[in-house]
Amino acid sequence: MSEENVYLSPNPASAARPIAIDPEKCTGCNLCVNVCPADVFVPNPEAGRVPLVLFVDECWYCGPCVDECPHAGAIRLNYPVMWRVPWKRKETGQHYWVGMKNPPPPNDTPPA
Amino acid sequence: MSWGTWIDLNAGNDAMKWPYPIRYGQEDAVDVDVLVLGGGIAGCWAAISAAEQGAKVAILERGSILGSGAGTGCDHWQWAITDVPGVSLSAEDFTQALVDNHGGYNNGISRYIQARDGYETLLELEEMGGKVRDTEDTFKGAEFRDEQTKLLFAYDYENRIVMRVWGMTFKRALRSRLRRLGVDIHERVALTGLLTERRGEDATAVVGATGLNVRTGAFNVFTAKATVLCAARPQRIWTYSTELAGSCDLRMPGAMGGGYAAAWRAGTEFAMMEKSIPAGLSINPSAPHGSGHPSNTWYPCTIVDANGKEVPWVDRDGHTLETFEERCRPAPGQRFFIKGGGQSSLPHQGLRDYQGPRLTNVDTLVEKGEIELPLYADLPSLPAHERRAIFGLMVGQEAKTKHTYANYTHAGFDPDRDMLLSYQQLIGGGGYGTSAEGAKTVLGFPSIRNAHSGTTGGPVVDWNLRTNLEGLYAAGDGMLGGNDHSHAATTGRYAGRRAAWFARQATARSGSREQIEAEKRRVYSPLQRKDGVHWKELLAGINKTMQAYCGAVKSEGLLRMALEAGEDLKHVVDTELAAVNPHDLANALSVVDILTAGIDIIVPACLARRASSAFLHFSRAEYPAMDPPEWQKFVTIRQEGGVVKQGERPLNLGAPFEENYLAHRPAAPIGA
Ligand SMILES: Cc1cc2nc3c(=O)[nH]c(=O)nc-3n(C[C@H](O)[C@H](O)[C@H](O)COP(=O)(O)OP(=O)(O)OC[C@H]3O[C@@H](n4cnc5c(N)ncnc54)[C@H](O)[C@@H]3O)c2cc1C
Ligand code: SF4
Ligand code: SF4
Repeated sequence: MSEENVYLSPNPASAARPIAIDPEKCTGCNLCVNVCPADVFVPNPEAGRVPLVLFVDECWYCGPCVDECPHAGAIRLNYPVMWRVPWKRKETGQHYWVGMKNPPPPNDTPPA
Repeated sequence: MSWGTWIDLNAGNDAMKWPYPIRYGQEDAVDVDVLVLGGGIAGCWAAISAAEQGAKVAILERGSILGSGAGTGCDHWQWAITDVPGVSLSAEDFTQALVDNHGGYNNGISRYIQARDGYETLLELEEMGGKVRDTEDTFKGAEFRDEQTKLLFAYDYENRIVMRVWGMTFKRALRSRLRRLGVDIHERVALTGLLTERRGEDATAVVGATGLNVRTGAFNVFTAKATVLCAARPQRIWTYSTELAGSCDLRMPGAMGGGYAAAWRAGTEFAMMEKSIPAGLSINPSAPHGSGHPSNTWYPCTIVDANGKEVPWVDRDGHTLETFEERCRPAPGQRFFIKGGGQSSLPHQGLRDYQGPRLTNVDTLVEKGEIELPLYADLPSLPAHERRAIFGLMVGQEAKTKHTYANYTHAGFDPDRDMLLSYQQLIGGGGYGTSAEGAKTVLGFPSIRNAHSGTTGGPVVDWNLRTNLEGLYAAGDGMLGGNDHSHAATTGRYAGRRAAWFARQATARSGSREQIEAEKRRVYSPLQRKDGVHWKELLAGINKTMQAYCGAVKSEGLLRMALEAGEDLKHVVDTELAAVNPHDLANALSVVDILTAGIDIIVPACLARRASSAFLHFSRAEYPAMDPPEWQKFVTIRQEGGVVKQGERPLNLGAPFEENYLAHRPAAPIGA
């Protein structure tokens, strides 16, 4: 809780935060910026730094930004809470949710 | 907080400065033989085929070639007929079926081109690097695989009219080819208008287009001997909300009507623009979340209820299909069934003849307590190849669903053991049965409509895929009856060639300075205000107007009110619409294009049809009789000097298809 860094801030532009970039892995190459159909990103004013996810409300989760990124794990689509559709394990009837506490291990089968 | 306040607060803060150079009003000029508008599937193919004919080609795209458009992926290549291994149907019969499937309200010209050239186009795509065969033998032995060619089929395994493909490879292959052919690519340029020239008393020729750079605000002037319109179709006309976060559009954000608005202003003739279907409440329940449509991507997945009870699949005659295999073949006595996207949804003979297996009456079964919500896609119960085809191939290759795949598997979802929840019940009968049933959706209201799903209205074309305007061709979703990937590819390829041939004998063109200056004034006008009506507010106003006066039930009085309200909205555009940077300006102009599509094209089209039509989901209160014989025709509209001109075309457009196709094919290669 900081008492110093309290600023005027408008509400977020959208109910979702579609894009998550890991600043440790991102090199600021801007490939994601230049493939996005909607110009959701703008380049960081400081060259080589993480792009700014500016027009979040125009993202339609198409994914070329993730596909173009040369660094695994630098950028991912963050599915908003209302899209975290559950599934049911057939044998046990147990429900699972994206983002749940104690999630099952990832299934690393790639698409066909 | 208003923008003005926000900007004032940030004055002097360099971190908040627009990151691209600002070039408002500066002109970049390009002169080519063939100009392609839109870098989606149709646009890429048009540019490639024109360049292969030796034309000098430029393509403009609002976003990026690789990432834009609806066709960044593709899980099924539909309705290729001629020369497909194992297909015994003729393109002629199949086209007739597609036309009959819509009671005649389809584009037989472009559908025949799709059926006839679809396979040839796919092979060309393969040569460019697109993956169309199961070369790894992942599906060896599957019923839907042709063992010799390793092609995979979908839906109706007996008739093989749809193929399963690796569509995530397509856009990249097309872009490489464009680059290799030296096509002049202009990304981040939004089309704003067409440049025209009068040709005698009654004719107009298109001689190029203008564009706005969405990052710098620069103005692009393209002159061309021939222009191919490939900017898809407008959406967001009745509803839009960014709050619903990506879920409210079926199509990508760039598809906002620029092509239709520019074509309309230039005098292009449109047909079927009165058709619209009930849409959900701004919620597209398919791609991003959960188990999409069992009507295409997830076809023919078993769907079970909360207790594991199967929701019955039935054939066109209502007979329950007991086995999985029966879902993949026609009903007794049926030649073939039509599935994919854009098939009819109305209870009439043309539907009945070609209707495939479906889940139906889910609402009723729920109401009667026979099945209990929620529903799940029971992938584990499917044969292994089918499971892998649905969740591995179709979901993995259908554009944005690739990320649905990644999202769920990363979270531990295992299709061999798990059943993904289906939100289909949220749209009621619509998702399982017909669009007409969709009118009683749980979340939808009949007056919230869409004119962009399935077989819709658009520019009328001839057998050269030319519009009524000299030098203007159209392809893909953005034409009368357009709607799917292979249709966009084949028509783009065909139109690009025709445009190149025309350009060879056309004289050089130049846009008039007066037109260019007038367009510049229009384009930059919202920059005069930093506080005012934002594009989102204007769009909400347009949406409300369309819902209120051009909704489920139309009448002369209501439609006239729509026109009056439209005048009011145009006044807002002239005096209040504001934009503060190039991105904002481009969005503002797109919303003006939506206004044109709604008020200037759709409303007059609705006024022009003075009869109700079930085929067009069109209800006029004063004319309750459905589809009276004298109105079984296309009603066309265009504008000239601000006045709407009506016309008509017979149904069964293009028939007899093969004869006309051959008659319009040059006997010898057209020499340069
Ligand atoms: C998620 C998804 C999955 C699909 N899966 C399939 C499938 O598996 N099989 C199938 O057959 N069909 C599928 N479709 C439909 C198919 O993708 C489209 O029919 C096809 O892409 C249409 O091609 P097009 O070139 O007409 O339009 P698009 O590919 O959408 O291209 C239109 C282009 O025009 C650009 N544009 C628009 N306005 C302007 C402007 N004013 N200025 C500059 N550029 C502009 C857009 O940015 C866009 O790039 C799918 C659609 C979606 C959304
Ligand atoms: S998901 Fe699509 S729209 Fe969203 S940021 Fe990435 S490329 Fe842009
Ligand atoms: S593509 Fe990847 S590395 Fe490059 S800027 Fe985007 S997130 Fe960073």
